[in-house]
Amino acid sequence: MTSDTAPSGAAPRGSRRRWAPAPFLAPGMVVLSLFVAVPILLITSYAFFTRGRFGGVQFTFTLDNFARLADPLYLKVIATSVGIGLIVTLLALLLGYPTALVITRLPAKWRTIALVAVLLPFWTNFLIRTYAWILLLNNAGWINQGLQAVGIIDEPLTLLYTQPAVVVGLLYMYLPLMVLPLYSSLSAQDAQLAEAATNLGSSPWRVFRTVTFPLSIPGVLTGCVFVFVPAMGNFVIPELLGGGKTVLIGNLVRDQFLKARDWPFGAAIALVLTIMLLLLLFAQQRASRRVTEGPAERKVTTRA
Amino acid sequence: MRNSRLIKLPFWLTYLFLYLPILVVVIMSFNASANLFVWRGFSLEWYPAVFADEAITTGLRNTLIVASLVTLLATALGTLLAVGIHRYTRGGLVRAFAIAPALLPDLLLAIGLLSLFSLLGVTLGLHSVVIAHVTFAMAFVTAIVLARLASLDPNLEEASQDLGAGAMRTFMKVTLPQLAPGIVAGALLSFTLSLDEFVMAFFTAAPTTPTLPIAIYSMVRFGVTPEVNALATMLLFVSVLTVIGAQRLTRVTDSL
Repeated sequence: MTSDTAPSGAAPRGSRRRWAPAPFLAPGMVVLSLFVAVPILLITSYAFFTRGRFGGVQFTFTLDNFARLADPLYLKVIATSVGIGLIVTLLALLLGYPTALVITRLPAKWRTIALVAVLLPFWTNFLIRTYAWILLLNNAGWINQGLQAVGIIDEPLTLLYTQPAVVVGLLYMYLPLMVLPLYSSLSAQDAQLAEAATNLGSSPWRVFRTVTFPLSIPGVLTGCVFVFVPAMGNFVIPELLGGGKTVLIGNLVRDQFLKARDWPFGAAIALVLTIMLLLLLFAQQRASRRVTEGPAERKVTTRA
Repeated sequence: MRNSRLIKLPFWLTYLFLYLPILVVVIMSFNASANLFVWRGFSLEWYPAVFADEAITTGLRNTLIVASLVTLLATALGTLLAVGIHRYTRGGLVRAFAIAPALLPDLLLAIGLLSLFSLLGVTLGLHSVVIAHVTFAMAFVTAIVLARLASLDPNLEEASQDLGAGAMRTFMKVTLPQLAPGIVAGALLSFTLSLDEFVMAFFTAAPTTPTLPIAIYSMVRFGVTPEVNALATMLLFVSVLTVIGAQRLTRVTDSL
């Protein structure tokens, strides 16, 4: 772009260059500003205002909305959300890590197929995927039918509308988001490192513990954030699979907006959730950077 | 390196876990019985029944209108934005702003848009759903087209401009044709995303204009009928075809 010959002499060079980006950037930026930036600013400011007498927002400054979150009732919702989020993330890691590892070691052709196969459910309607679990977990569902047919149980187990059902539903929903970053991180690893360790006499477990796993920590962190964050904001799965008995942060926000019509409080909860998310993302970025640019490497880069 | 049995077990468990529920829905969609849990032989009766259900057909019509408009708008806006970012910006700030809607919680965007529409006195309807869907579909298009742009040879654009073509002409004749696979992939993804999106639509649709996911949500909440299995199977089929199409056009897994 250094050689600008500006063939049409009508416009001076400078102004031509200055306005050139406008047709490309302007439409998108207008949409983003109006329908992303403004709504987020609006929610942020609503969180500091008072609920109107008939719902809506009365523009009187207050910090009450945040103070209300300290109520044991809401603290319990936050604790449940964090707890369920952690369990789902841990299960996703336990299932997703070996899966990603096996995929990276498959022959090239099978690798693509295995990866697409992990992603496909993620691209299918999320309500239908949740609904499928109603079919499976119901008292008369396939799991109970199967267990009764084999003779493990006599009476159907109550699986649907329980907290474990919510965990399974969330795990099902977000497992692909764990496998994907783990796969990118593991497949980017230099296979020679693990080979070298093996040649030097390390057992497979030791190779994994000292080489493969430490190098994949950025992928692990990304995957954990990708699963944990949306799991806490989901309000549909707790309702459909938990029967409304398990209330997560997402349910709370939805209810404040659509049922209680207390928008300022709903905005405050959503804001706290988002800030938690941003802090997690920030921590994950920092931690990943620390792993990838270890002290030894940093020394090399400063010298160069 | 060989895979020990220890890690092969969770590998197969993952696929069993991912596909068992889908398999159940597909199998039961061919069930002759109206009972959702008992198999009574093969039948195709629920497939035509889907199109006789008014809640489903209304939802489907609304969803197709929204998804088509969203695809057009998001693809055009996202492509232009990606080219603009690639060509004219240095820092990652604009880029981050453009991709942010794909990363932010949908719930936050949804209540934000609801608040904005309410403040401006905009009545909710299909138009508000279109706006809501465009914001995040655009982010996916931008990301995919940016990935494609990064792999292009910048010399071609420069050559075109050196030969006297203006920014627009260069874009239309040189950049756009090379971007085509990425743009089509972005369009396909926009369509699938809009087709399936629930949370944003839940907050920005009017009760009189529900989209298909909203219709499914109320059906699942208030007692499921066997048609849902047939509908689900058809939707699975459409989503899978679209995603495989997009996947073949560009290596989406690399760019996201």
